[in-house]
Amino acid sequence: MNWAGAAEFFAMGGRGFYVWSSFGLTALVLIGEVLALRARRRALRRTLAERTSQSGSED
Amino acid sequence: MAINWFKYSSPAAFYPVAGRLIPWFCALAVLLTLLGLYISFFVAPTDATQGEVYRIIFVHVPAAWMSMLIFVLMAGYSALGLALNARLSYMMASALAPTGALFTFICLWTGSFWGRPTWGTWWEWDARMTSELILLFLYIGYIALRAAIDDVRRADRASALLALVGVVNVPIIYFSVKWWNTLHQGASVSLTKAPSMAMTMLWGMLIMALAFWMYAIAVVLMRVRCEILERDAAARERFAPERV
Repeated sequence: MNWAGAAEFFAMGGRGFYVWSSFGLTALVLIGEVLALRARRRALRRTLAERTSQSGSED
Repeated sequence: MAINWFKYSSPAAFYPVAGRLIPWFCALAVLLTLLGLYISFFVAPTDATQGEVYRIIFVHVPAAWMSMLIFVLMAGYSALGLALNARLSYMMASALAPTGALFTFICLWTGSFWGRPTWGTWWEWDARMTSELILLFLYIGYIALRAAIDDVRRADRASALLALVGVVNVPIIYFSVKWWNTLHQGASVSLTKAPSMAMTMLWGMLIMALAFWMYAIAVVLMRVRCEILERDAAARERFAPERV
C-alpha cells in the first residue's frame, strides 16, 4: 500500500494535477466514445423503424 | 472441426456474431481496467527518481501501443479489402479509425502531462513526438477522406490506399528513439532484453494494455454494426427509392 490516506492519494506527491488530468482525460474519451456510439445506434434504429412503418410492407 | 470462415465474411452473417461478442469484450475490458488501475495506484511502488507522476505511463504507454497497433490493423484490413474486394474488410478498417485516433490523442495528451513536470516542457519537436502527431493527422486524414467521397465503394478504395501508404509511419514511430537522438526515452519493454523497470510496474502496463485492447474490440464491433446497418439502409434506398 502506497498511501497513508485519501488526501495523500489525491495529492499524488504534489503531482495530482498532472496525474489526474491524464487519467481523467483518458476516462472521459473512452466513456464518451461508448456513449456516442450508443446514441448513433439508437438514432439509426429510430430512422430505420420510421422508414419501415412509412413504406408499409417491408420484405 | 471445420468452420466455414467465409460464411462470416459477409456483413449480414457477421452482424449477429459481433452482437453476441460485444458484451464479453465489454466485461473483459471493465474487469481488466479495474485490475490494471488497482495495480497502477496501489501495487506499483513509487518511482525512485520520478516520484508519483510516473503513474501516467500506465495509460500513456498502452495508449501509444494501441495507436500503432490499430493503424497496422487498419492497413491490414484495407489490404484485404483491396485484394479480395471484401466489403466487411473495408468496414472493419473504417470502424477502427476513430478509435485509433482517440488512442493517439490520449497518448499525446498524457505524454504532454507527463513531460511538463518531468522534462519541463509540454511539447518538444523530437522524432518520437512528431511522428506520433503525424499518426494523429493520418487518422484524421483517413476519416476526412472517407467523409469527402459520397460513393462508398470509391471511399473504401481511396481510404485503403491512404492507410497502406500511411502505415509506413508506424515503424518510424517505433524505431524513432533508436534512429534519432530524441528527448523521449528508449523502449522500457522489449522482446529481446529484460525490461528496465520493476515487475509490478510492467504488469500494470501490460494489464492496462490488455484492457484497452478488449475495449477497442468491443467499441470497433459496435461501430462496425452501425456501419453495416447504415450501408444496408443506403443500398435499399438506392434500389427502391419509391418506397422511402
